[in-house]
Amino acid sequence: MEHFLLQIFVFFVAAAIAVPVAKKIGIGSVLGYLAAGVIIGPFGLSLIDNVESVMHFTEFGVVMMLFLIGLEMKPAVLWQMRNSILGLGGGQVLVTTLLIVFVSVWFLPGRQALVLGLILSLSSTAIVLQLLKERGRYDSSVGRSIFSVVLFHDLAVVPIMALLPLLAPVGTHASVQHGGLVDISHLSGGVRFFLTMLAITAVFLMGRFVTRPLFRAIAMTGMRELFAAASLALVVGSSLLMMVVGLPAPLGTFLAGVVLAESEYRHELESNIEPFKGLLLGIFFISIGASLNFELLWEQWWVVCLLVAGIVVFKFVILYLIAVLFRLPASERGYFSIVPAQGGTFAFVLLPFAVQSGALPPLVAELVLTAVVITMFFAPLMVTAWEKFVERRVESKEGADALSPRGQRVIIAGFGRLGTDLGRLLISVGIKPVILDHDPVGVEALRNFGFEVFYGDVTRLDLLEAAGAAEASMLIVTISNAEKAKELVELAQKHYPNLEIAIAVDDWRVVYEMKDLGVSLIRRETRDSALDLGMDCLKLLGMHSYEAFRLLRMFKHQDLKASDELYEIWREKGEETFISSFRDHNDNLAALLQCAQTNNREEAGKGWASDKIIRATGSRPDDSPETGG
Amino acid sequence: MNKILLLLAHPAFGRSVANTALYSAVEGMEGVTCRDLYDLSPDFFIDVKKEQELLLAHDIIIQQYPLYWYSTPSLLKEWTDLVFEHGWAYGHDGHALRGKYFMQAITTGSEAESYTLGGQSSMPLVSYLAPQRATARLCGMHWLPPFVDAGVHYESRAVLAREGQRYRRLLEALQQCSQLLQLAEKYQIADGPVPEANALDRDLLKGELNG
Amino acid sequence: MDNFLLQLLLFCTAAIIAVPLARKCGLSSVLGYLLAGVVIGPFGLSLMGDVESVMHFTEFGVVMMLFLIGLELKPSLLWRMRTPILGMGGMQVVGTALVIGLIGWFFVPWQTALVVGLTVSLSSTAIVLQTMREKGTMETSSGRAVFSILLFQDLAVIPILSILPLLALSSVPGRFSSGEAALLDISSLPTMWRVVATLGAIGSISVIGKYLARPIFRIIAATRVREIFIAVALAMVVGISLLMMVVGLSPALGAFLAGLVLADNEYRYELESDIDPFKGLLLGVFFISVGASLDFLFIGHHLLLIAALVVGLLLVKGLILYGVGFLFHTPREVRSYLAAALCQGGEFAFVLFEFSRSNGVLTDKVITPCISAVIISMFLAPLFFMLQERLTGRSGNEEQQREADAIKERGARVILSGFGKVGADVGRFLLSTGIRPVIVEPDAGHVATLRRFGFEVYYGDVGRLELLEAAGAAEAELLVVTDRDPEKARALIALAREHFPQLKIAASASDRSAVYDMMDIGVSALRRETFGGAVELGREVLVRLGFRRYEAYCLTRLFRHQAEAFLPKLYHAHRGQSTAEYQLLYRRHTSRIAALLQARGENNVGQNEKAWAASRGED
Repeated sequence: MEHFLLQIFVFFVAAAIAVPVAKKIGIGSVLGYLAAGVIIGPFGLSLIDNVESVMHFTEFGVVMMLFLIGLEMKPAVLWQMRNSILGLGGGQVLVTTLLIVFVSVWFLPGRQALVLGLILSLSSTAIVLQLLKERGRYDSSVGRSIFSVVLFHDLAVVPIMALLPLLAPVGTHASVQHGGLVDISHLSGGVRFFLTMLAITAVFLMGRFVTRPLFRAIAMTGMRELFAAASLALVVGSSLLMMVVGLPAPLGTFLAGVVLAESEYRHELESNIEPFKGLLLGIFFISIGASLNFELLWEQWWVVCLLVAGIVVFKFVILYLIAVLFRLPASERGYFSIVPAQGGTFAFVLLPFAVQSGALPPLVAELVLTAVVITMFFAPLMVTAWEKFVERRVESKEGADALSPRGQRVIIAGFGRLGTDLGRLLISVGIKPVILDHDPVGVEALRNFGFEVFYGDVTRLDLLEAAGAAEASMLIVTISNAEKAKELVELAQKHYPNLEIAIAVDDWRVVYEMKDLGVSLIRRETRDSALDLGMDCLKLLGMHSYEAFRLLRMFKHQDLKASDELYEIWREKGEETFISSFRDHNDNLAALLQCAQTNNREEAGKGWASDKIIRATGSRPDDSPETGG
Repeated sequence: MNKILLLLAHPAFGRSVANTALYSAVEGMEGVTCRDLYDLSPDFFIDVKKEQELLLAHDIIIQQYPLYWYSTPSLLKEWTDLVFEHGWAYGHDGHALRGKYFMQAITTGSEAESYTLGGQSSMPLVSYLAPQRATARLCGMHWLPPFVDAGVHYESRAVLAREGQRYRRLLEALQQCSQLLQLAEKYQIADGPVPEANALDRDLLKGELNG
Repeated sequence: MDNFLLQLLLFCTAAIIAVPLARKCGLSSVLGYLLAGVVIGPFGLSLMGDVESVMHFTEFGVVMMLFLIGLELKPSLLWRMRTPILGMGGMQVVGTALVIGLIGWFFVPWQTALVVGLTVSLSSTAIVLQTMREKGTMETSSGRAVFSILLFQDLAVIPILSILPLLALSSVPGRFSSGEAALLDISSLPTMWRVVATLGAIGSISVIGKYLARPIFRIIAATRVREIFIAVALAMVVGISLLMMVVGLSPALGAFLAGLVLADNEYRYELESDIDPFKGLLLGVFFISVGASLDFLFIGHHLLLIAALVVGLLLVKGLILYGVGFLFHTPREVRSYLAAALCQGGEFAFVLFEFSRSNGVLTDKVITPCISAVIISMFLAPLFFMLQERLTGRSGNEEQQREADAIKERGARVILSGFGKVGADVGRFLLSTGIRPVIVEPDAGHVATLRRFGFEVYYGDVGRLELLEAAGAAEAELLVVTDRDPEKARALIALAREHFPQLKIAASASDRSAVYDMMDIGVSALRRETFGGAVELGREVLVRLGFRRYEAYCLTRLFRHQAEAFLPKLYHAHRGQSTAEYQLLYRRHTSRIAALLQARGENNVGQNEKAWAASRGED
């Protein structure tokens, strides 16, 4: 136990130091993890032991990652982008693989060359997306082209994983699909195929029909850890099922993810698995870093150099050709080719996987891995250099696309009585908000009414993150629980300072508390309807509709105007003064509205009552502005 | 220097090209207060006191709007109804606006030619501005002939930009002009012919009275 | 790996089936976990591998839990409630431990008896809080008394954990006491140095928590890599535990201290939400393994003993709780509530028994019957709540009856029922326009506040005919109903219709179904209370998103009118047709509004606004 705790401690502390440093110098968290591994590994401080088994254990993070990738895949989006994904992405992977195979068969056996080609054809999604976001090109047309390439990479990992064991020389592929579990390898081919199909169907059916009532029952208990347990059970279960039938575990979880992509529990699932995945994968990368053998690498430094040059040049050239082939605008081709011209995070996943299944010898894997690390390290530098020296002339033309009001991202937290109407209004206007609510029954009911609502506790940072708070421009809070609302506001202000916050609260004390927090858009939820009801009353008492409306409008404006002053008084002068100012304010309102009535129509209605004008001015009626009388 | 209050009334200003061209050409000029009425009073609630204070603080009042159904957008009418109060703007004690100058800046969709006798709209454009002219007179203001950008449906961006510059120059000239009174007298309603659109523009910028 | 995954799957599945089921049956989640453990344990399906080691491992959840308890503890609250917490809680725990220790002394050594006494003196926070929340008794005086005792019990765990090893009969080197080598061993140092090291460790925790934690968290949060923050949070808890182990203190103590120090840290919520699922999962699995480790053979042989233990436990705890209530001068029903609510054993008992087992304080022979007794008492807990309710009649604090105010006003045109959130705004508006409604408010406390704010409000419930009459319903023109409770509102409207048919009625309804209910009765004016707020807030949101004010105004006006115009149709569908048809109509209505609003936006065409934007076509 103590030893275990100590190891965990070392891993976490190493990550906690290395990753922020890596981020600071602009090289992504993955390289930070690797560096941490190198430092605490045998060639550094030698703080950890048994790296192999740690790596083996944390590999499960990869399975979780694929589940999350699956969750992100919305079939509709994929279908809409099918041309660019298959064309640009598929073309790139195919051609790159072939070219690398063609070159490397000179040095390696054919199968190994193919494995290498497949692995190196993938780029780093994380780095690419981050580069695009940092440089404001995420929403540009180049951005979208590049995005479809890396999206294809995400998808391609799944079949590549399935292929790897098959590419291992016969006899060595033991470690991946062994089992303390049921072993079906002795069954006949037909039965095995049948079982495999059955397993895949089972995952599909589970995701479609069983998870929903199950998640609902669990959500009803309101226990967060139970939901976490259910999410884990889902991932673990589907991967075990795949292992039994001899398919790679990530395939099962990916499938489960895709099936659940449209579910209302999507964001909640995402936020529950994400930390486990993050931690496991982080430790996985650290252990990769720790397992690098520097003596060997030092001896073969020139191979590494060649590999680095090869990866970058091949990818750049091929992407450029594909850009020409698919008629991307000439000004975009270069940028399109330079951004994904590096090895990817997936290489770190696939290389150990390939070594385990015997598809690649460890030495080759290590050399390639080092080369990939170096290309990733250089990626941001290359893009910066490209923008600086090559692209200068086209820069002014492109510019970041201005966000149209309708294209912006809005998160609605809480979809109760008020939230529903507000959401309907926004949807009607053409804004698609991400809607989160914590009541499983309500979520289901609202889904029946056609709203895309997600279940989840918004006061958790992970869920906000999963809902896209980082990219959103506005957060609308309509949670009725004031404490929770405050917690959410503080959380959002701290972590997403650019996020604008709008909030509906249920009484004026909460309004003031929100003002204390600096929320600028606060609305008391029943105020407007109450005043509307007041207007109805005036009409029922016989007042003319338009006059009732004008009185209401005047009351609203004056009341709003006074609210800031009243707040100041509340804060500075205390309750007694506040109460007397409030009473004064009410008296003022009454004076104003009653004056407006006796003068018949606000202050300005004076001119409309012609007889009075004549009396007052003694002038002829044609001096007055109205002609109708 | 004469202080100008520019009141813009356009219910779909975000999608207007012509009025945007004009408005953005003068927005931020020193000594010109620009107010987008539809933005300030989307629900037609008008803070009468504030509007009156602003009027008092300026010498020249310009109403800029697209001509629609030969009249002003409805908010501008509401504004006039409420702000030009009896006893303030007109009537026995209503002298607040006396001596100020009043001008309209108007865009029209159809071309200038249609606003002629026998044209599509059958009357000169300025005839359609008679209600505002009379209003100005009743309040004791000096009416100035309108700035008109006609035919904006058919104008390219370049032309619109040029019109914007013309508008800006006119406003600058108005600011600088020390003999506005004489100029205004020239356009008095009394018995002379209806002045042409853009007459002021011509008179001022040609330097007839300027300086 | 496979085996590990399989075990994980097993635990998770067992939990997600058993816990919701238990909750459905009105049992606590802890019991759900225990049951799950029994089912998959050796006396059930025998699916579990090494129960012992799982239990050891997941015990770490307790450390995390104490960290969270520390984090959530507000010193101000503690100080404000010091009398009930320290007084009642302290007396209950000490008293129970001593009495049970004394009784136990007859059968076992005094150390053993004392340990058992301390352990079972704690009640089940999970069960009690959950039940109170469901029954809505949290805010009553009984609820507060129970809560303060529970709070003390939570805190008492830490000293109990620290003194347990001292009460050991045999010296088994415990896992949590310093020992296992891998780390530094300071037991060889002279006492002086050990004291210095211990103080140093505690000091460093508070110094780090106070001064270093904030900048560290800030740097970590700035990276925006979520898992790093989690890693740091976990590393912190783990690191503290290790430190405590080195100096030979309880890791739980260290974690609690750290939590306390970090309680006012700005990253508190993040820490809480990061540690919470790990704690939840670990504890859940821990409870499952407790369930699985129950020896049913032994229990079967000693049924009588266990029954006696259960009865003894409930009696002793109940009596002492009643006595404590008596000493602190609480009302009679509070005393019986205390006794009923807290007489069971709690989940801390599992932790403490497990801890005693591994430290050699108690033997299995003592632990098994005690744990069984605790579990049974927990199963019986809901029963006692019911019993107490039955005995004292409807429990809780009935509001003192107060006579309705005499209404002096005569001849008012409007009667306003309810001056809450909606009623206050309606009332203020009507008052401003010069109409003076008779205002009747059923909440006495609220009436007092309102009078301070200068509103002439009468206390009373217009649901009663006499009061409605006294308010002048016979001469009034209009009754405005703004009561929050839809049942009350409906009853009032029905009453008014029956007795005062001339009275027009305007009402606010809390939600859609309340709207439909009122439409059944028929009212002259009806508003859904949050609709206006939603539309207005929506308008502001549109403006912030970049819509021009006037456009946002027109869009929301259109939306509002469409929604209002469509209400009758929806109402008829709701009353006359199936749910599915109603939902379909609602969806169709929503998409129709959307089509309308977007046509306005995209084609630049309002109802007749084409010409305003016509100048777009020029190029």
